[in-house]
Amino acid sequence: MKPRQKRLAMVAIGLVGLGIAATLVLRAFNSNLVFFFSPTQVVAKEAPTEGDFRLGGLVETGSLQREDDGLTVHFTVTDTAVTIPVTYTGILPDLFREGEGVVAQGRLGPDGIFRAEEVLAKHDEKYMPPEVADALAKAKDVNAQMAGKVAEGSL
Amino acid sequence: MALNLFKLSSPASFYPFAGRLIPWFVVLTVLLTVAGLYLGFVVAPTDYKQGEAYRIMFVHVPAAWMSMFIYVVMAVYAGLALVMNTRLSTMMATALAPTGAMFTFIALWTGAFWGKPMWGAWWVWDARLTSELILLFLYIGYMSLYAAIDDPRRAARASGLLVLVGVVNVPVIYFSVKWWNTLHQGASVSFGQAPEMAATMLMAMLIMSLAFWMYTIAIVLMRVRCEILERERQSEWVQEAIARERGNG
Repeated sequence: MKPRQKRLAMVAIGLVGLGIAATLVLRAFNSNLVFFFSPTQVVAKEAPTEGDFRLGGLVETGSLQREDDGLTVHFTVTDTAVTIPVTYTGILPDLFREGEGVVAQGRLGPDGIFRAEEVLAKHDEKYMPPEVADALAKAKDVNAQMAGKVAEGSL
Repeated sequence: MALNLFKLSSPASFYPFAGRLIPWFVVLTVLLTVAGLYLGFVVAPTDYKQGEAYRIMFVHVPAAWMSMFIYVVMAVYAGLALVMNTRLSTMMATALAPTGAMFTFIALWTGAFWGKPMWGAWWVWDARLTSELILLFLYIGYMSLYAAIDDPRRAARASGLLVLVGVVNVPVIYFSVKWWNTLHQGASVSFGQAPEMAATMLMAMLIMSLAFWMYTIAIVLMRVRCEILERERQSEWVQEAIARERGNG
């Protein structure tokens, strides 16, 4: 082998080795790199029971209740399989809405209620003008109605 | 114009060639930036959920793409320099680093400005944000290491190795939102999948990416020309060029 090819081989072997090492390290750290735990993981005791962790999921539609002080809120976080009730005192981010993603940091009380110290909104990767969003929502409604009619046998 | 790549890999012939290319890329940068900003900030519709704040994306996403892309290009040049011992490859790698670092910084900074109103936090230690911060440290580390060693050939070898080691971070940044649950949202635009955004928004973002790309080429060519002059100042052709310039002036 020429010296040039030898160096090329060394660089290639080095990169492959490094890639394998990085993959193994990242796999080993997998659970620590998770930013939040889903309600299912919390119920399965995968989240730390002592101390703070982050709980992520969707704010269940119709679950948001405000107390009279105007700052304390109660809502439930769901991953459509399991739900966990959350209480939080403080200002919610603008994007916080029912049916939208949320990440709350805090700890789980013995009563099963998650007491959040910080609430962050998580938005998805979809961007569209409001009219399109309306049209999509309408189309979904129409589809649901049609499906209902088909199920009833009236169509 | 037939391009002889072997001839162009010598600094003496690359120097005038780069000089001829620069004005074109500068013009393209200006045109594309104006078009992209106009499309992004005037024409593109308001987002249904995020309102006007989402427009940060037209700078944030192209900057983040460039930060990763420049690193990969830099790694290729560093690898070439290690394997082939070519002078120009090292010069290209060192010329790319400051621009890459700048785009990484812009991506992080605009991301903070976007995160505060949308998420409710300037910064969170999720996998995407943390790995992008590591990328910034890699750029800074590369530049510092290169500057710290006096002998240019040893500097090129040591810093080139650092760049190659750091290249594992790039796929981690890109796939972090897929591999782990992060606060950062997933990719809106990816290969083999319809983009998750309105056509005008996508257009503005792609034009801004092209603009950043042209900017990078223009600025890197300028920087590499300076680098060539500095390194080859003892050589005959540089001395001749200086004499010619003096004669003209």
